[in-house]
Order: sequence, then structure tokens, then C-alpha cells
Amino acid sequence: MKSLIRSVVAVSLAAVLAACSTAPLDEDKGAEVQARSESASSSGAAESAGLAGRSAAASETESSRPDPLSDPASPLAKRSIYFDFDSFVIKDEYRPVLEAHAAYLLANPSRRIVIQGNTDERGSREYNIALGQKRAEAVRRALSTLGVPEAQAEAVSFGEERPKSTGTDEASLAENRRADIAY
Amino acid sequence: MSFASLAGGFSATRALKVASMLFYLLAGGAFAQMRIDVTGVGAALTPITVGDFQQQDPRLKQQVAQIIRSNLAGSGLFRLIDSGGLPLAGPGPVDHVALRSLGADWAIGGAAIRFANGQVDIRYRLTDAVRRQEIVDGKVTVESDADLRLGAHKVSDLIYERITGNKGIFATRIAFVTKQGDRYRLIVSDWDGGSPTVILTSLEPIISPSWSPDGTRLAYVSFEDRKPVVYVQMLEDGRRIAVANFRGSNSAPTWSPDGSTLAVALTRDGLSQIYLIPSMGGRQPSRLTSSSAIDTEPVYSPDGRFIYFTSDRGGSPQIYRVEAQGGTVSRVTFGSPYNVSPRISPDGRLLAYVSRREGRYLVVVRDLAINSDRILSDGGSEESPSFAPNSRWVMYATRSKGRDSLVAATVDGRQKLRLSSSAADIREPTWGPLQR
Repeated sequence: MKSLIRSVVAVSLAAVLAACSTAPLDEDKGAEVQARSESASSSGAAESAGLAGRSAAASETESSRPDPLSDPASPLAKRSIYFDFDSFVIKDEYRPVLEAHAAYLLANPSRRIVIQGNTDERGSREYNIALGQKRAEAVRRALSTLGVPEAQAEAVSFGEERPKSTGTDEASLAENRRADIAY
Repeated sequence: MSFASLAGGFSATRALKVASMLFYLLAGGAFAQMRIDVTGVGAALTPITVGDFQQQDPRLKQQVAQIIRSNLAGSGLFRLIDSGGLPLAGPGPVDHVALRSLGADWAIGGAAIRFANGQVDIRYRLTDAVRRQEIVDGKVTVESDADLRLGAHKVSDLIYERITGNKGIFATRIAFVTKQGDRYRLIVSDWDGGSPTVILTSLEPIISPSWSPDGTRLAYVSFEDRKPVVYVQMLEDGRRIAVANFRGSNSAPTWSPDGSTLAVALTRDGLSQIYLIPSMGGRQPSRLTSSSAIDTEPVYSPDGRFIYFTSDRGGSPQIYRVEAQGGTVSRVTFGSPYNVSPRISPDGRLLAYVSRREGRYLVVVRDLAINSDRILSDGGSEESPSFAPNSRWVMYATRSKGRDSLVAATVDGRQKLRLSSSAADIREPTWGPLQR
């Protein structure tokens, strides 16, 4: 009973290749879905490009200055709000950033933002989606308090799926506990 | 990670590496090698011998006996013994004296025959070497030589059930997600990672696949629209529908036992809450939980009466239970400040979940009748437990040496089988139903 049993069972490459080649329909299906996803995202891209076009036109009528969103010196260039571990409280240092975005959105009612919540990689992927949402929602509520209408800001979550930093040290984990504002 | 540590809790000298298998996973033109390592303990394993099957046709490329051996060894119940070339397939009587001298309690032999129409018959014979009688002389037919593995898995199931009295799961499928470079793939394969089929390829994350109870559809979460959206995809033809694409995040789909309803986590009303939606989409979701906290990871009990879920309503994430029609919520887990990802075994007896213990994330299995917990895993970064349809295995994701891999462990923790790839991360496993 205590003797070591060691048997290595190797499936030959040719055999598995044969098995794979018998499922061309399945691979086509995958490709089809992929194609569909790509066309979906390209139409999405077209839509957001259209949106950007409209809002660019809108901001020209609202003010003749260049769009401050593209000014790296503007507080609007700051798009990330970082959180402490297991925390959803927006720190005071981000108040000017949120006030600037709120003012911009109020001045440009055709612009919309998506607030994307993120977490570090520890724990359940699904629970992290919910945690990231809580961060995004905290930012959305703060903007709402500053007068931004609901229709202009959607809170979503990427959970741990889109890490800005892939390290496992505390600094890297902290990089990933954030909400991003995307126009 | 060493095999000894994989065998967790048991002494290293008794830990056996039973079998190691290699597969080649076809992935975007590149071959990602998938490897299976089995570890377990030597106590109370039934000795069994499986003679090579007679299969002359060159189109039958895999030896049926190898697949059966791998399955039986991976089950944690059998110890393989070399047949020494003893004829076990018939048609004549088996040499019982020679069989006993090998030390096997059971013997399997057979043949695979390909017919002109492409069909393949796998004939098998099971001999009880202790009682000295042939007890099964059976046949499994598959539609083409491409299904030879499936046929060998079905023979394995019939043998396993005949010997143990329990349903085998060797012909079942699993779904999982791979990440290779910047590409995510949703893949369906045999339980051991063989015969992989790519269901979806995306440059954005895919998480939380879940099988419909009849095995014809997969629900999953895809980020391809820059936010989590729940899709249901038909495996037969690849058609799919976005069943939950509401304002905010849409995630954590699982099926009601009758397949009509999906429980999901939506944030359309603020924080993540549990909703029920028709699995064909269409109607508005009905809200099941109403808390001012996070509620997510819903899962039906197999009788459909309850929904277990994760919530931080008590200050830390814990598992709760609510009647599927709504009603009183009761807390299920205590002890650790982080208990998440509940799954109930198909026989209703066990709860598997992920628990943080001293900074390590471990899979715990609870016997619901006596409320006793057993720590099943030992890696420390485990996620996403999923029960086999016979309630005897739990598959989960783990991470070691910077790679995500899958482990299938018997619920008693005695046998562990790892699926890994040197080229890709493998994660988010979910075990399909028995029907196939």
C-alpha cells in the first residue's frame, strides 16, 4: 500500500490534434461570437465617437475656449480616486478633483461619464465586482451631491479584473483600489 | 508546489503521485500544454487492473484503457495494477488464478471497433477477481472516432457505478476561463481538460461561467462592452443573448434548478443586490434582497427552495440564506471575517465556500447536517469552488508560482488532481451536469 505508483499517461499530440480538427464547427462558433463581439464594440466605438463629436460641437457653442478636458494642467486631468484598504470613503484631497468634474459636467450637459470601480486582487472575483461598485457608487453620489444629474454619470465595476499594477506588494495593491472617471 | 504539500494533512511518505497526464490545448494557433497531476493517499484503495483494449484501426488514436486508467486513478478510490499482458477482453474465460496473483480485485478489458459508417463500438468486460466471475459484458457506441474519448469516459462511468454504486462523472464537462497574453477564452472541455472547445474569445475579461441544468447553455459575465454584462450562450450553435445589461454592473449568474430563472447581482438601484431574471431574458428583473449593503454571489439550493449569497450587511462578507420567494434572511457562516462564494452540492448535503484563515484564502466544505467544517484546500489563494454532479468532488481555482490553475479535490480531501498550463492562466472552473 505504501509503495509509490508512478504511471505517466501521455496523450499524443497527433491524437489531440485529430480531436481538435473534428470540431471545426465549434471553433467557427467561437470565431463567430468573437466577430460579433468585435462588431459590437466597433459600433460602440462609433457611438462614443459620435457622442464626442456632438459634445465637441456643444462645447463650442457653450464656450469658445478649447475643451479643458484635454488640458493636462486642468484639475480635470485627474481621473483616479484612490481608496484605503476595505474603505469606500473619498478622502478630502479628492474634493477639488470631484468639484472640477462636477462643474464641467454641469456646464456640458451633453457629456457623460462612466465611473469605473476597481479593487486589489485579494479574495473572490465576484465580491470584488461588488466592492469596486461600492467605490464607483461613492464617487457617483459625491458628484450627485454636487448637482450632477443621474443621467450624466454611470457607476460600473471592473472588480479585480483591470489592475493598473500587477505587483503583490502593498504599493501595487493600493494602485488598484481606485475609481476611474472615463469620459 | 510539491506533491507532498498538495496531499495536505497527510504524511508525505503516504502521498502518492498516481498519474500525470499531458494534453495540448488548441488556443489561437498556439499550443498551450495542459498538464494534470494527481496526488492522493495510499490507504484503502481498491486494486484494479485495466488491460490494453484491442483497437487495430489507426483512426482510433487514443488507447481506451489509458483514459479509463486515468479516470479510475483520479477518482481517489482505486489503485492501478499492471495487467502484465494478461488477456482480459475475452471472448474466452479470464485466467482467474493469474488475475489473483496480480493482486487485483477487479479487471477490465475490451476492444474498440470502428465501422464503415464511422461509428465506434467500445466493448468492455468487467471481471470480479475476488468472486471469480465476469459481471459485465457491455458496449458503448459513439458516432465517430472523434468521440473515442467520450466513449472511454462513458465506459469509465459504467464501471465506476457498477463497482461503487455511485454515479461516475467522467463523461461530464467543465467550463473555465483561460488568460493567455491579452486574450481571454471561455472553454468547455471534458472533466479532465481533454477535448477543449473555445466558446468565446475576448480581449476583455470573462468571469463566472455557469451551466444550465440541462447542459445546453452557459451563462457568463463578459466585459466586452466596458462593463460587466450577463450573457446566456447556446453551446449547440453559439447564439447568445445579453440577459442582464442594466445600468451599472451585471454579474454572478447562476441557474434555478428548472433552468427557467437566473439569480444575478445587479447594481441598477445602487449597491450590488440579488435579482431574479428569466434565463431567456426579456422581462424586468425582480429584486430578491433589499439591504443597504453588498449582496452578491447568489446560488440556488438544489431543491430550489433557498438562495445562498454573500453579503457584508453584518460588517464583513459572510454567507447568508434567503427563501427563493424572498422572506427571512439567516446568516450561515461565522468565525472568519471573510467567508464568500457559496456552492451547495447537488445532493444538498454539503456547502463549499471560500474562507480567509490567517490571511490565506481556502476552500472549506461544510457538512450541513452536522454543521462541521473541513478545510479542503491548502494553497492559500483559492477561488470559485464548484461541485461535481455526483457531489464527490469540488473543483476550484488556485494560484501558485504566478500561475492560475485548477484543482479537483475529492470532498474528503484525500485526492487532488491539478489542471495547469505553462502558457496560460486557468481559472473560474464550473462543473457541468450529468446529462450528455
